[in-house]
Amino acid sequence: MSHAEAALRHQAEFAKTTLGFWVYLMTDCVLFACLFATYAVLRGGTAGGPTGAQLFDLNFILIETLLLLASSLTTGIALVGLAAKQTKLIWASLGLTFLLGAGFLGMELYEFGVLLAEGHGPQASAFLTAYFTLVGTHGFHIAVGLLWLLVLVYFLYKRGVTSSFEKRLTMFALFWHFLDIIWIFIFTLVYLMGALS
Amino acid sequence: MLGMLGFDDLPHDPIMLGGALSIVGGGLAVIILITFLKKWTWLYREWLTSLDPKKIGVMYIIVALVMLLRGLGDAVMLRAHQALASGEAQGFLSSDHFQQVFTAHGTIMIFFVAMGLMFGLINLVLPLQLGARDVAFPFLNSVSFWLFFMGMALINVSLVVGEFAAAGWLSYPPLSGIEYSPGVGVDYWIWALQISGVGSLLSGINFIVTILKMRAPGMKLMDMPIFAWSVFGAMLLVIFAFPILTATLGMLSLDRLLGMHFFTSDMGGNPMMYINLIWAWGHPEVYILILPAFGIFSEIVATFARKKLFGYTSMVAAIMAIAFFSYVVWLHHFFTMGAGANVNAFFGITTMIIAIPTGVKVFNWLFTMYRGRVKFTSPMYWFLGFIVTFTIGGMTGMLHAVPAIDFQMHNSLFLVAHFHNMIIGGVVFGFMAGLTYWFPKIFGFTLHEGLGKAAAWCWIIGFVGAFGPLYILGIMGATRRLDHYDASLGWQGLFIVAGIGLMIMMLGAGLQALQLLVSIIQRKKNRDTTGDPWNGRTLEWSVPSPAPSYNFAITPVIRGRDAFWDMKHDKNYPKNKFEPFHLPKNSPFGLLIAFASFLMCFALIWHIWWLLIVGTLALLALLIVRFADEDTEILITKEVVAREQKGVV
Repeated sequence: MSHAEAALRHQAEFAKTTLGFWVYLMTDCVLFACLFATYAVLRGGTAGGPTGAQLFDLNFILIETLLLLASSLTTGIALVGLAAKQTKLIWASLGLTFLLGAGFLGMELYEFGVLLAEGHGPQASAFLTAYFTLVGTHGFHIAVGLLWLLVLVYFLYKRGVTSSFEKRLTMFALFWHFLDIIWIFIFTLVYLMGALS
Repeated sequence: MLGMLGFDDLPHDPIMLGGALSIVGGGLAVIILITFLKKWTWLYREWLTSLDPKKIGVMYIIVALVMLLRGLGDAVMLRAHQALASGEAQGFLSSDHFQQVFTAHGTIMIFFVAMGLMFGLINLVLPLQLGARDVAFPFLNSVSFWLFFMGMALINVSLVVGEFAAAGWLSYPPLSGIEYSPGVGVDYWIWALQISGVGSLLSGINFIVTILKMRAPGMKLMDMPIFAWSVFGAMLLVIFAFPILTATLGMLSLDRLLGMHFFTSDMGGNPMMYINLIWAWGHPEVYILILPAFGIFSEIVATFARKKLFGYTSMVAAIMAIAFFSYVVWLHHFFTMGAGANVNAFFGITTMIIAIPTGVKVFNWLFTMYRGRVKFTSPMYWFLGFIVTFTIGGMTGMLHAVPAIDFQMHNSLFLVAHFHNMIIGGVVFGFMAGLTYWFPKIFGFTLHEGLGKAAAWCWIIGFVGAFGPLYILGIMGATRRLDHYDASLGWQGLFIVAGIGLMIMMLGAGLQALQLLVSIIQRKKNRDTTGDPWNGRTLEWSVPSPAPSYNFAITPVIRGRDAFWDMKHDKNYPKNKFEPFHLPKNSPFGLLIAFASFLMCFALIWHIWWLLIVGTLALLALLIVRFADEDTEILITKEVVAREQKGVV
């Protein structure tokens, strides 16, 4: 098979995978939509316990948010490195993405830990059930993303920038930006609106 | 060590023991037979690890047909019990067992029979109809099938170890909550549906990308066979509906496993939230099943009327309209929630609107037959049975769409008769017709026509006998899921008639088994040598029967609709040259990944935490190893094709 044919085949594969991954992301979006809807219905069900306004520390959440947004930026830079064929740039930006993502996840777990220690766990009321599940599902996605990143970096180390690395890094970037968008909604609907009421 | 699992969880009751023994015995018999015939290597190489969508399709259909027998067996138990349990007589099932049986019947029939037949037929036919050699993601397809298989396995394991859910096929809370269903039954239900649901979701993604990216060069969307369009509509519904199921089941299991309060009656929980969510999935689900059946009938009517389909464009519009409207009607499943007159009126009207595109389809089929030279083959028998029963079911559905009437009919046997009218008269008849129609393409010989027609008659007559009385009983006030009733109500006669109707349907199923057997014995006589036994119109009939693993040796040229009809009637039809292409290599990872998921689910059901960790780690390891493999395809050259063609002839 000629070089041109191989390139064409690669391109077709890439187009298929990208479309498939977009469709997957939309299904994940529906899953989050269910959790948002459930949160909206159950947020008043505090069963005499604390409301969001009494529990959320907006300054803490702001820092958490900035970490995640910054990690989205570094993911974008990794794609720039891929386009410019600068392996060092890919390494540096993926490393930063991992650190920022892990920082975000660490802060979220810390926040959960504080709530649990104060007796405001997910069993305490329907509001807390919905809150922990919505935010926790996002956190679970972040954890999966971090694991994915580790595997990606391992193959980058072993095999360098191959066509399948290119494909998978692009899909990872889509995934990570998607989680960013979901977080913006969590930040707004759960934390900001929660602190208001 | 084994979590909550102990010796007490093995069956004691004689009827349950019988069920368990039949599962274990059946499994053992299959294993012994395969070992005796020394077919394990063949089975592993040719089937279990295959990524060929036609083989995956056949496996889906085998699983679905076996589960159909189990679902029918459950139905016989229910009807026999109801025919007996009047007045002093208490029937032969305990109340708790009766509840498990109707829960299993509904769950199995929808998730493991109807869905299995649908995905099976799509796998068999869709790539062939699109002029494609494969689906977009062949490996993902194998994962989907094995997840479906493992979900089925979980349901059957529950017969032997523990118990099955007894809270109805949709497990409404608070009944399905831990307080009122403390056993493992609901957990089996949750996890069986959860993994097969994820499999369905992945299939949805796969087929959408297949339709959008894998069509033969020249085939525009509006050139696709109508079955492909119906699959497109159904798969759009799958990708929007199944995440809702995943989320809802996830929340229910969090309530049960970790004591959360989504759907509990106390601590601020809201059980009606579950009912809303599950029907936001559940209503599209029934259209997911019926749309491909509509597609099958469209193909069959056009072929056997020997005319092009009447109103192709309106058919496509109707499919898409049904797909859209199926999302805005979910509340009609619980008008009695008390959402208020305006909300109920809105959902009542949207429900009635769905009848318009469905009516368009019925008239299109009738006009396709009008002035055609109709050949009354057994698929046409199923079709004509469908037109009658489905239209009756549609009309009783319209009655339900009126909230005031629904308040009377809610949860009555009238409702049960209505949805069986749609699912048996619509979905099952459609899939039976499709199986008969496409059977020669996969196996190389046609099914026995006489027995097929006799089976169709039995199903049609039996159906009317089994569900006609239920409409009357429903109006008389009989509720669904009734395990005993007072003799003075005078219902027993009608229940007995319903039981006789079911027996006639069982006879139909028996005739189908006989049909398969006779057809295999007479396969030489009924061999399909042309690849086109019905004088077909679409691309699947342009390749030899059985279809080769690569479907098309040469990529077909497409100039418009009914491409194969065009090819047959134009002597100067252009042809492509042969070019080498790639096919995926076989892989055991689909099976292994699904098995790891099975272990995780079993561990979650029985709280065996070490097994959960083992399953999770195994799943991660399998995924990473699979992704590390860059050599997943083989090149098919002219020589390979020539060798396979020699083998076929």
